[in-house]
Amino acid sequence: MTLIVRTVTRLTIGLILLYGLYIVLHGHLTPGGGFAGGVIVALSFINLTLAFGGKTSAGVFSGESAHLVEALGAIMFLALALLGLQWGGFFDNFIHADGEPGMLVSAGIIPLANIAILLKVGAGIFSIFLALIVVQNFEEGDRQ
Amino acid sequence: MIELYVLLGLMIAGAVIAVEVKDLLSAVIAVGVVGLALSIAFLLLRAPDVAITQIVVEIAAVILLIRATLNRDISSRPSAGRPFGAVMGLAFLGLGVLASLTAFPEGLSPFGSPLMTVSAFYPADAMSGTGATNVVSAVILDYRGYDTLGEATVLFTAVVGVLAVMRATGRRDAEGSGESHG
Repeated sequence: MTLIVRTVTRLTIGLILLYGLYIVLHGHLTPGGGFAGGVIVALSFINLTLAFGGKTSAGVFSGESAHLVEALGAIMFLALALLGLQWGGFFDNFIHADGEPGMLVSAGIIPLANIAILLKVGAGIFSIFLALIVVQNFEEGDRQ
Repeated sequence: MIELYVLLGLMIAGAVIAVEVKDLLSAVIAVGVVGLALSIAFLLLRAPDVAITQIVVEIAAVILLIRATLNRDISSRPSAGRPFGAVMGLAFLGLGVLASLTAFPEGLSPFGSPLMTVSAFYPADAMSGTGATNVVSAVILDYRGYDTLGEATVLFTAVVGVLAVMRATGRRDAEGSGESHG
């Protein structure tokens, strides 16, 4: 990509990532949540890949670690659901007594579930993107 | 409510343009217009959660489509000269309109008016029951956790499918017989 895109990306990518994390961490307080924030976080990595190429982004977050993080998110979400069995039932909100409503640390397992969905959705969208880009690079290499 | 109908008209126009236009990049941009109008429509219907999700997923989808279609000459598109398909499409559209007219003789009830009992319970109970001030989050992650688990499974299946179909090694093996795949 051109110098303009790279410079703008370097300036804004941290802000995009932070905004995605904000949306996820405040998912139980304000509109948003794990899915939307996860896609925004994935978009910041997609931005990095588009501006600086696959090698730079693989140094930050490679495709293999994306697969790992996605599976980790799925396991974390299932583990939260199964932990509820200990107290009441599947998906029981077992720590909701702590924290007052409206504070960042409140609502029991909901923020944790949001973080699990962030890992799952962010890494999933990013690995889909990487798969499509890698295939396209192969085809361009074949044509030349 | 008039702005909602303007947005709906814009979405229909964008969808028709996306199907009819010859240039793939223009089609992708028209699809993006549909998604953006849908996001604003969600905002007007007071669903900010869905609006945020819609706009970020739309951005990701447009980036993916542009990367997947740009610099690639896919010339095969359905030819316009297929009267049978157009006639059948119009016939089924008319059938649907006729069926809905007979099903709702005095028109549809206003948006969101026949509230289910459970949708009155969720806003009342969400604060005390879960401690979350965002009722939507409380519903999708606490009351309806099963739904979210199913959604996550759907996304997981989609990712596995994409990775299985688009993996690089399979493409390399098929290099010799690449012509037959088109």
